[in-house]
Amino acid sequence: MTAPAVPTIAPLSRSKLAWAVSDGVAMTKRTLIAYTRIPEALFFTLVQPLMFVLLFRYVFGGAIHPGGGLQYVDILIPGIFVQTLVFGAVGTAIGLSEDLHKGVIDRFRALPMARSAVLAGRTTGDLVKNVPVAIVIFLMGLLVGFRPHGSIVNIVLATLLLLFFSYAISWGFAIIGLTAPNSETAQLMSFPLLFPLTFASGAFAPTETMPSWLRGFADHQPVGALVHSTRSLMLGQPVGSYVWESLAWSVALLAIFSTIAVRSYRKIA
Amino acid sequence: MAAAIEVTDLVKTFKGGVKALTGVSFAVEPGTVFGLLGPNGAGKTTAVRILTTVLRPDAGHATVLGRDVVREPDAVRSLIGLAGQNAAVDEILTGRENLQMIARLNHLPLDFARSRAVELLRQFDLTEAGDRILKTYSGGMRRRLDLAAALVSRPQVLFLDEPTTGLDPQSRLGLWQVIEELVSEGTTVLLTTQYLEEADRLASQLVVIDHGGVISTGTPSELKARLGATVIHVAFHDAQSAQTAAGVLTGVGNGAPRIDGNAVEINVEQGPKTAMEALRLLDQSGLEATEFALREPSLDDVFLALTGRKAEASADDDATPTKRRGRGKKEKS
Repeated sequence: MTAPAVPTIAPLSRSKLAWAVSDGVAMTKRTLIAYTRIPEALFFTLVQPLMFVLLFRYVFGGAIHPGGGLQYVDILIPGIFVQTLVFGAVGTAIGLSEDLHKGVIDRFRALPMARSAVLAGRTTGDLVKNVPVAIVIFLMGLLVGFRPHGSIVNIVLATLLLLFFSYAISWGFAIIGLTAPNSETAQLMSFPLLFPLTFASGAFAPTETMPSWLRGFADHQPVGALVHSTRSLMLGQPVGSYVWESLAWSVALLAIFSTIAVRSYRKIA
Repeated sequence: MAAAIEVTDLVKTFKGGVKALTGVSFAVEPGTVFGLLGPNGAGKTTAVRILTTVLRPDAGHATVLGRDVVREPDAVRSLIGLAGQNAAVDEILTGRENLQMIARLNHLPLDFARSRAVELLRQFDLTEAGDRILKTYSGGMRRRLDLAAALVSRPQVLFLDEPTTGLDPQSRLGLWQVIEELVSEGTTVLLTTQYLEEADRLASQLVVIDHGGVISTGTPSELKARLGATVIHVAFHDAQSAQTAAGVLTGVGNGAPRIDGNAVEINVEQGPKTAMEALRLLDQSGLEATEFALREPSLDDVFLALTGRKAEASADDDATPTKRRGRGKKEKS
């Protein structure tokens, strides 16, 4: 150009994929900084499962007899794990919706950053946030009498499976965040999906007592399968096919949700 | 000289049939400030969003430094900076974190990101506030940080969407000085504004837009000459006297006197001289004015002169950030 030279700075040169990763990392950092700035949000993320633990352990728990020589608390805590991480995915919908309705999204779109970074940064940040949440729930469980008999390896595997699943559905909630008119609605839109999946599962009660039509659903729907695999791994019981089922659900949901989410983000942009 | 920004027949209609742009064309010379002047809802922001690759036009095309905004968005993105009325910075991050993040997302080296953040915080008088989160910033501080964020990559072309709307006079003056410095260093600036004063002070070329179309172009002095540089405002005790005065003052200044309740306004080119004449005429007819003032023309005056009506905000405008959906019907323009 013929304009007097503005002193410019040359951008680094890297491959497209390397930039997508680097931009995703920058945006993940942004999500995580936000969590550290509002520790209340994380605190209250943990209050809800605590209430559920107390409610089910001490109020309803006495009336539920799982049989098979198990204590109800052993059934409950893996269920709480699943419920907390699945419910936590609503945060993705809310956070993304908030981002989209602030001017900052226009700034991001006008930057030479990867298009995927806004979504990747949000979902990955929420995944990282789930790690301390999982640890706290585990400790909370131990405190109320949860005794996992599975090996350390199995417990770690269960946690990894949980985190992977939560990452996959986080992308599903990203779609809600992208389509909801505002963050309050995003939150409201999330619950009709979460409730049937979480409660029509073995998370809080053994599925054996459910009517057969419900039991089939409760055992094999994505959250239900995850409850079974988490529980068997943590308790050191035979895991059967549930672990593979959960893994398959996670991979499939991640593939479908991320494709749809990226597509609807592009449409908006 | 090749244009830094070239816009040809841009058209954008939002869902719901809101016509934000109906065929806008203009060209911006490198190293100058170009003003896009218009009321709320005129289509200014839509034009900026298309030029900054945030929004795709329905028809027409636009280039920034020769790069097509639709076909080469990434090339355009690495050449431009964007700052806007919505203070598009991250509330939960500190000023420094915002600047460093923008630098990283501009794919600039980490050490540059750090030093540039320090430099910009100093330049915009935010060094002390640099490590505080933005929620604690005042409106003027946010706006300064927003502009700083737009400058992180030292862009050759800068888009400023109503940069001073809602700012106090002192902050406004400060921003004007920064913009003037940038232009003296060779940056090309496209500025949208509702304030004629701002356009007059900064821009060397102006386009006035209304309802998505260009209604006038020229330099600020051409524009002002066209509508009379100054407005004489005379108020009376009652509307009756105002009516009479309008009759007496017909022929003074440009166009017919306008009556607004108890007051009469006339556009004039030579303020003081014509004011004397007007006073003499009023005195001769025995009318007693309660108020007599000379003022600079406002955007309203420009619109009255150009369109014969007041610059009213249309229904689709004035959107807060919450209404600004990329896919939304209520697109701010």
